[in-house]
Amino acid sequence: MMEFQHSHASHCESGVMSSMLRHLGLPISEAMAFGLSSALSFAYLPIIKINGLPLVAYRMPPKFIIKGLQKPLGLKMRFETFRSPEAGEQRLDQLLAAGRLVGMQTSVFWLPYMPEDLRFHFNAHNVLAYGRDAASGDYQLSDPVVETTVTCAPADLRRARFAKGVLAPKGLLYYPEGKPSEPDWAKVLPKAIKKTTRILLDSPIPIIGVRGIRRLANAIQRLDATGNPAAAKMFIGQVVRMQEEIGTGGGGFRFIYAAFLQEAAERLARPALNELSETLVDIGDEWREFALSTARMIRDREPLNPVKLADKLRAVADREQTFFRDLRRAA
Amino acid sequence: MLDSEVPQEGNSTLAGHRKAVYARGDDGKLHIVQSAGWEVEEIVTRQAVEDLNRLAEDARQRVIAGQTSVLEYHMHKARMDVPLLSQVTGLWQWRIRRHFRPDIFAGLSAGLLQRYGEAMGLSVEQLKKAE
Repeated sequence: MMEFQHSHASHCESGVMSSMLRHLGLPISEAMAFGLSSALSFAYLPIIKINGLPLVAYRMPPKFIIKGLQKPLGLKMRFETFRSPEAGEQRLDQLLAAGRLVGMQTSVFWLPYMPEDLRFHFNAHNVLAYGRDAASGDYQLSDPVVETTVTCAPADLRRARFAKGVLAPKGLLYYPEGKPSEPDWAKVLPKAIKKTTRILLDSPIPIIGVRGIRRLANAIQRLDATGNPAAAKMFIGQVVRMQEEIGTGGGGFRFIYAAFLQEAAERLARPALNELSETLVDIGDEWREFALSTARMIRDREPLNPVKLADKLRAVADREQTFFRDLRRAA
Repeated sequence: MLDSEVPQEGNSTLAGHRKAVYARGDDGKLHIVQSAGWEVEEIVTRQAVEDLNRLAEDARQRVIAGQTSVLEYHMHKARMDVPLLSQVTGLWQWRIRRHFRPDIFAGLSAGLLQRYGEAMGLSVEQLKKAE
């Protein structure tokens, strides 16, 4: 079995890539993997419904980090999907037997080691496979959001890899070809940071970036707090779940990006980025205040007041707009 | 968020797991800290789980009253809805809804029952019982 070092991360995709790169001899932190691939975002997608509620995302879509790291690190990732579970399982065994570390897309619902209450039908969860136990036949997995390595029975893993529905993984496996190389930080970091500011500030679609936060604020403002409080509570609860519960490292990925900015400040010897990192931590704290108010309203510890929540979001949007403009200038 | 502000509230929803969050240490550097949970997360997760449980329990009552088939109960129990079950089984949504009628469900072929069972990770025997 291969020598593999597991590490606990806040987000599955950046965690998987950080572990994979370290395994290949290029130690890169989770925050660096996240920032270097310009994964920070905001999107309010009223057309995509999860159990009847709109999708709110604080990052770019799945696979964005895996793909986004290829160019700056001179890395080529291979992606393979399968029509039949049998073929998918065979290929995984083949790669593991060849001593490879393999990334997989899975559905959280079918992973038995996950806490019962967190097992929803979310199909874009990333885990690494690093071996197979000879005695039991169980796969040895490194799930970045779990503290230690775990094992998973073949039947369960098959279900998780071939789950259907939105973002169906189709057994997706991915692994690197060739070795990544230390990038020219002075070049790749400003480029990645500028890309993030473009995503947050200049999106042509009004539901993405800072404009998306305002759009969400308007949608919350329109909620009917007196006529249908239960539906209003489900809506705002969903927003907070996406922001805090779904492996964001807190504050809807704002803290992890702040950690990335600190690393960038050091690599580029630009203290201005350190100051911006502090501002972003403050903004992350504001997101968490929004989450706290929301939870209190859900439990009726304070009166349900969508207008108040909407105003809070608009204040966050204003701060983020100023922040990303400053960040653009500093990059 | 400072290290000392990372919530350690022992959420039941995490079932003993700890999650990694980013916080600022004494040296001003951000780093990963293990959190045993924040009540805010527990509240919103419980809210979602309870809503799903409510749908399942409601369906179970209607199964007993003979108003729906066990299929609807198992669908909610598996945290699915009709659009998702349709995608997983490859059956039309209207067909699934039709199978919610107890008399029609009772006459389903072994092949269809197998298909539903596989979709929700149940044996045909389990599928026929509302428990």
